[in-house]
Amino acid sequence: MREVSIKLHYDVPGDDFTRAGEASGLVKRKLKQLGFSPDVIRRVAIAMYEGEINMVIHAGGGQIDVEILPDRVTAVLADQGPGIPDVEQAMQEGWSTAPDNVRSLGFGAGMGLPNIKKYSDTLDIATKVGEGTTLTITVFMKS
Amino acid sequence: MTIADVRDILQATVITGEERLETEVHNACGSDMMSDVLAFVKDQSVLLTGLVNTQVVRTADMMDMVCIVFVRGKEPGPEMVELAADRGIVLMKSPLRMFTACGLLYEKGLRGGN
Repeated sequence: MREVSIKLHYDVPGDDFTRAGEASGLVKRKLKQLGFSPDVIRRVAIAMYEGEINMVIHAGGGQIDVEILPDRVTAVLADQGPGIPDVEQAMQEGWSTAPDNVRSLGFGAGMGLPNIKKYSDTLDIATKVGEGTTLTITVFMKS
Repeated sequence: MTIADVRDILQATVITGEERLETEVHNACGSDMMSDVLAFVKDQSVLLTGLVNTQVVRTADMMDMVCIVFVRGKEPGPEMVELAADRGIVLMKSPLRMFTACGLLYEKGLRGGN
């Protein structure tokens, strides 16, 4: 049987913090329409939202491609920002390079990447300093 | 308790979502750090915060929260009100400070959840 797949693409603007999270909100509603379980919807939405916020805070925006399959949802978040020099350090809870103005907006507590890992089933980080970062987040349906 | 009870206990004014005041709520959290809400909150339906920007509404939406209370009388902007109305989230403002607001809700039976 042919596998049904839905592909969605979003451009995330880097200059408007108020719009960060729009793409994640749209994906959340799409998954709800498609009848995914609340747990899966929430995990995808939070992991994607954290990634989207990171894109705006650190990388001047980027692109998100989401593929929805019956057994999993994959989100690829690509930016052309500064890259992550030390991924291991960035994965530690509390480690943040976000400027103070970001903290005054309620983010930058160093929970972004750890949180994405926590809510996703697999997380792949491809990053190169000076060129950008691509996160591939997958959440599987649990039978 | 219901969202209407939360409004009464906190002497709050409802900004949007009047039609949802009878929704039952059991758990709440208080935070100005949305990163922490996303990391540690589970199944809480009310968010108390002193932070005012659209990401508060988006965070609540991601966490399936149904009500946001702005403490110290903080006033959300029109963009936030519109977003909350679209997502079915009740917004209200209370003149109380965070500590007092949380304490009163706890005293009346609302809990922090897991």
